[in-house]
Parts: sequence; C-alpha cells; structure tokens
Amino acid sequence: MAEKKSVIVRVRRQAGPNERPHWEEFELASRPHMNVIICLRDIAERPITRDGKATSPITYDSNCLEEVCGSCAMVINGKARMACSALVDSLTQPIRIEPMTKFPVVRDLSVDRGVMFENLKRMRAWVPIDGTHNLGEGPRMSPDTQAKAYPLSRCITCGMCLEVCPQVNDNNQFIGAAIISQVRLFNLHPTGAMHARERLEAVMGPGGVADCANAQNCVQICPKQIPLTESIAEVNRQSIKQALLGWLFG
Amino acid sequence: MREPKIIVVGGGLAGLMAVIRVAEAGVPVDLFSIVPVKRSHSVCAQGGINAAKNTKGEGDSTAQHFDDSIYGGDFLANQPPVKAMCEAAPGIIDLLDRMGVMFNRTPEGLLDYRRFGGTLYHRTAFAGATTGQQLLYALDEQVRRFEAEGKVRKYEGWTFLSAVLDGTGVSQGICAMDLKTMEVRTFPADAAIFCTGGVGAIFGRSTNSVVCTGSAQSALLQQGVDYANGEFIQVHPTAIPGEDKLRLMSESARGEGGRVWVPQRPGDNRPPLQIPVDERFYFLEEWYPKYGNLVPRDIATRAIHKVVFEMKLGVGGDAAVYLDLTHIPREVLDRKLEGILEIYEKFLGVDPRVEPMMVFPGMHYTMGGIWVDNEHQATNVPGIYAAGECEYQYHGANRLGANSLVSCIWGGMVAGPASVKYAQGLSKGCESVDVSVFDRERRRQEQINQALLRQDGAENPITIWKEMGSWMTEHVTVVRHNQDLERTDAKLQELLERYKKINLSDRTQWSNQTLNFARELYNMLILARVITLGALARNESRGAHYKPEFPERDDPNWLKTTRASWKNGQIRLGYEAVDTSLVPPRPRRYDVAS
Repeated sequence: MAEKKSVIVRVRRQAGPNERPHWEEFELASRPHMNVIICLRDIAERPITRDGKATSPITYDSNCLEEVCGSCAMVINGKARMACSALVDSLTQPIRIEPMTKFPVVRDLSVDRGVMFENLKRMRAWVPIDGTHNLGEGPRMSPDTQAKAYPLSRCITCGMCLEVCPQVNDNNQFIGAAIISQVRLFNLHPTGAMHARERLEAVMGPGGVADCANAQNCVQICPKQIPLTESIAEVNRQSIKQALLGWLFG
Repeated sequence: MREPKIIVVGGGLAGLMAVIRVAEAGVPVDLFSIVPVKRSHSVCAQGGINAAKNTKGEGDSTAQHFDDSIYGGDFLANQPPVKAMCEAAPGIIDLLDRMGVMFNRTPEGLLDYRRFGGTLYHRTAFAGATTGQQLLYALDEQVRRFEAEGKVRKYEGWTFLSAVLDGTGVSQGICAMDLKTMEVRTFPADAAIFCTGGVGAIFGRSTNSVVCTGSAQSALLQQGVDYANGEFIQVHPTAIPGEDKLRLMSESARGEGGRVWVPQRPGDNRPPLQIPVDERFYFLEEWYPKYGNLVPRDIATRAIHKVVFEMKLGVGGDAAVYLDLTHIPREVLDRKLEGILEIYEKFLGVDPRVEPMMVFPGMHYTMGGIWVDNEHQATNVPGIYAAGECEYQYHGANRLGANSLVSCIWGGMVAGPASVKYAQGLSKGCESVDVSVFDRERRRQEQINQALLRQDGAENPITIWKEMGSWMTEHVTVVRHNQDLERTDAKLQELLERYKKINLSDRTQWSNQTLNFARELYNMLILARVITLGALARNESRGAHYKPEFPERDDPNWLKTTRASWKNGQIRLGYEAVDTSLVPPRPRRYDVAS
C-alpha cells in the first residue's frame, strides 16, 4: 500500500502586535490541488502541532480565494505571494509561512494595511462627480485609452509591491508603487484629468514619487502584472512638468 | 430639526451605493464591514452588468429587459420593482461611466455590450471579465471621497451581531463586534440598511467569498425580520471545482462564443482537441437551438447534471464538461475575458486559450433573502432596510446573468433615500431611547461570547460546518427529493445539538477568528433550516427549484412567495401572493421559441 503523503508547514505565529513571534510546525494530509489556504483550514480543524501540542487556529486574512480581493498576501517560503494561489505542489517543503513585514502584525499572519487606503485618500484617487442624479453619459474614450487604463484599475491593494520595496522601511514614508499607479489611472480619465494638479501636488509631497529608488522589485512581484514602473515613470514625468510649469499656468 | 443618523452594514456594491446616497442627502452615515470594503465579495463578479441601451441596433428596450427578467425568474418576482430596476439600469450605466469605470469600448468610443444568458440581445456592459471589481472600486472611491470630507465614518474589521430593538419592536441601532479587540459595542441609529450579500458558506463550497455566510440575515430573522424565498438558490453551470472554493468561470465566456460539450462516446479519453467536432455532443446547442449555450443558469445546470449523471457522459467519466474557447482568436479572449482565463491558468496550470476548460456547476447566488416591501427596500421591522443579494426582491426563482450588479446598485439607490426619509419623519430619534435598551443588547451578545469561550466540548466548528455544507450541497441544490430534504433537516438539527459541544481551541480576546466563526456557524445552521424547510414545502418545480416528484410549475398552488418568520424560537413558513400585475404568467420554455 502506498504511504500516505503529508504536507509539512511551518507558521510564524505572534499572539499580538507586541508579542514575541515563534514558529509552529504542522503535519497535514496531502491531497491534490492543495493551496496554502487549505493548509490553514486544516490546522483550524485540528489545531495540534507536529509534536502533538494543542494550539490555537491561525489568524489570517482571506476572502475571495481567487486572487481578486487582495486579502491573503503573506510571505511564503521567503517570497511575498497570495496564499490562495500558492499551490502546495509547487512549493518546497517544509512550507514556511510568515506575515508580511512592512505592515504592523495584528495577529499571526494577519496584518494591518490601512496605510494604503489612507494614502489613496491623500492622493485623491477618485473621479470627482457632481452627484448621482442623471447627468447623461460619461465622456467618450478611445479603446486605446481604455486598454491602457484598465490594467491599472485591476490593482487589488494587496501590498506586495510595498513588501518588496527597499524604500518602504522604518526611516521612510514612501507610499509605494500601487498608490502612485492609481494617480496615473485617475490622471488618464478625461474627468479625472481635470483635477490632475491636485493629485500631482500630493504625489510630490513627503513619501511621494521622488522617493522611488528604481529597484523595480514591484513590477516583478505584482500578481496582476500591472506595469508599475511605467506608472512611476509617467507620474514622475507629470510631476516634473507640474513643478516646472505649474506656477506659470496654475 | 434634529439630525438623523443612518448605519449601513456591508460594503459591497449595494452598501456603498446606499452610503453614497445617504451622504449626498447630507446625513451622517456609519459604514460597517467585516473586511476593508474594497475586498467585498462584489469584487468577484465577472461578466458584466445589464442595461437595455440598445447600442447595437437590435431594438432592445427596458420593456424587453423587464420581460426577460420576469420570464427568466419563472414569474416568482413581484413585477413592479423589477420594472423599476430595468428602467433605471441605463442611467446606472451612465453614472458608473461618469465615475470612471473602465468599461470596454467600441471603435467610436462608446461602451461595448455583449450577450449573456436568458436574452437574445447584446445588453451587458463589461470591463474585461472583472466587471464587479471595477464597479466596486468606482463606488469605493466615491465613498472614500465622502470619508475624506468627513461625511462617512467607516468601521472596517467590525462584524454585525444584532439589531437593537426597543420595547415596541422598532430598530434603534445595531450591536457589533470589533474583530481585532473583540469589543462588543452598540451604535444608535434611526435606520440601518443591511447589504450583507449571499449565503454561499452554508453550502460549504461555493463561488462566494469567505464572508458570505448569511450570518447577519439569520441574526435578523431571529429578531423578527422575515426572510423570503430562501429555497431559491442558484447553481452556476460553469465553475472550477476546488476543495476550498468553486471558482467561477463567467457566463461571459459563453457570451463571447464559448461552447459547452462532452465527447459523444462514454469513456472517450482522447485529449479534447483530438476529438473531431462530429464526435462531440454540444448538448445545449442541440437541446436549446434558439438560446444555445446562453440558456439561463438553472436550465444549463440541469442539462449538465443530466449529461453527467443520467447519460454518464461526463469527461473521463467524472463530474465535468468542457467549456471550450479555443476557436476564439487569442486577441479577443485577452481583451474581453482575460481576468477569468488568468484564474483558470493560475489555479489549474492549463491555458484555456489552447485547451478546453473542465467545469462543473457550483452554488453561486442567493435569490431569496430578507423580505422587503415593493417600494422602499424596507423590511417588516421599522428602521431596518435591506438591499443587494441579501434581500429577495428582484430575481424570482432564477436570476439572469449580469442582473445582480444592477439589482445591487439599484437596491442601494432606493434604500439610501428611503431610510433618510424615514429617519427625518421620526418625531423622536434613537438619541431619545433609554440607554438601558442598548446595554441590555450588548450584555446579551457579550454573554453569548463568554459562553462560547467557556465551552469545553469535543466538537470542532470547521467539522460541523463541512458536514452542513456537504449535506446542503448534496440534497438542497440542483435536484431535490422530499425524503432527502427531511433527512437534511434532521441532520441540521443534529448539528445544532452538536454545536452546543463545540470547542473553540482559542480562548483569547484578541483577533479571535474562531469565536467569530462559531457565532456565524450557529446563524448559518438556522438559515440552512429555512432554506431546507422552504424547499421541502414547495411541491412544484420552478426556476432553480427542481423536484423530480413534482416536475411542473404549479401556479394555482405555488405562484406565491415563501415568507419565513421566527415565532417563539421556531421557524414558521407563511405565503403571500406574487404581484403579477404587469406580465401575465406564461409557460417558460427555452427549448422552443417563446
């Protein structure tokens, strides 16, 4: 009879933001098409470590499980990735699972990415409309513009581009590639473009586009293949133009 | 004049639209959501949003959209609200367009529209195959703008536990729990709008997100808010089976020309593209020549069940059929369907541009839900409103594809102003309610938490949840037999008994997800019974509800809405007439011209 295969998982645990982290190891029954989320659910159903100690289920963020909500980003075998699409068959064991390091840990693998939403606010990442009452159709847009903008609007705010960016650290408030790319998105929209100046002024502020040091890790890691470095270059160009000419025409 | 106060629970499309409308009216609004609202389940909607804009010269109209929706729903929906929704839909598309949704465009720079199930018109606007994501983001951005202006306060990472009802049964606010600190707190409000989505988790595995448990709906039911047509559950014909989730393969794949087939010969194990076309069985096209692959979902799902389980023609003898896009040019696929192709590729490691996908039906949408009136999205409890998938109003016995996004947004558009009007009409608001009313509800909820944390049994909540899910999926989805439904209800009652012995394995008071899940599980078990009992009672077949023992629609006896209520701790089923004042019911036959 074939030996039952198992999956060995090591999880970095932390009871709270100020608690000392520690590792726990688990042995799970291997099944076809397992992903890291299934591993975490197995542990919740039988919260016992590999050496037989009772423990608690692991706290983690997840929701859609198809890589579109952006919740379940974590560091798996040393690399930032979405847990739902991290297939066990493609991972070296023991699988090491850790929380992302650039955001405050809430508990275990759950982190607080609130800073990204705050920065979207600072960058005024929206199209200002006059109201929801009937004002007719929106502006016409060429298929080319749509094809350029749509990939940018698929950003899931997972935070992985911040996780891999050397400029995001304790000494720097860099807002990161995802947020800068949103500035580009809204400056591309015909109505959004009417308010490009406000966004450019914000993105030229502290932690803004000038803090990018061109490591280009963001574009490599992005699970949605968003052309983030292109966005940074474009927003940089717009900012320089704004800085040079803004006082003339502003 | 006093300043009213509104709460919205749930930050998907319906909730965000409700928030926008309340904030626009100048009324302060608090928004509660389990997840950051940008991660709500609306993000998973793929194919598009319906509106009869008639941009292809086909003679489409809102009247035709209305008729398709009523007919598609097998005449169970109250007609006036559906008519209002279909008439509002073109304006909703305009609004979303103004908000900056990156819809696909025609060469002239107009919005493009594609075909979807249950209609013969190009009526579905789309943004690639991630339309729900794009719509959710647009509304999220508008809400963020109001938040920056101080008009909206978000409570993300909070879960709703219960309504606060005063001695006369009027809602005066909500009781919620901070999922980080586990603090239980009450929030006074004149009106609360619930936009808490579908109930996928009750079926264990579904196309829904983790948060779609129906827990809020169930909690409200147990406080006296009626729940309608619970037995109507949509099983989507094309999903990728997975142990953690059934990943949706949008109907838009067929809207863009995708074809469903199986090998004609049972056990034909050749690779799909080596099977000649004349040895393939395109069963939907053969059985439904007019609609072909775009029959409504209940029809397509039952056809797949028949092919797999009765005719034994599933691919490789398994529960699977092919969804084939390989004849469509790569450029078209990438421009119109990339989002879903990427999902298939990432999770199965196979490129659907070169190899047909293997799919099978999966639980997808909750047609039933919180009972609301025909005009205001108001429930039977004063001060409580509902919009979006969590309510029952717009889809009857079967929802047409791409009608969900429009119903969510429309529901939010109606509920927002209706709640404001109600709040402004109150002579005394929530601030006049004695503090003891709030304290009592908070203590009641805290006691539930403490009891769960103290409990020391041998049952695991995940195990009970999985058992519930497999029973519900096996017996209360595509094909329903009364004997199995009775057994399922008995099983659910057994699980409720075992629930009393669950052990949380986590007794901490910080970010304790097990405690929250255990609370949701109880509510899921109650709502599972509502669904099962509704199905057991309804001895006919209508839309997604199919009983081989009663294979025909039975209008004389069953053209009525199921209305479940909670009386003395028990589920009670009642019935009320359906408003069919606009389109007289006619037989629903997609195999012949209608």
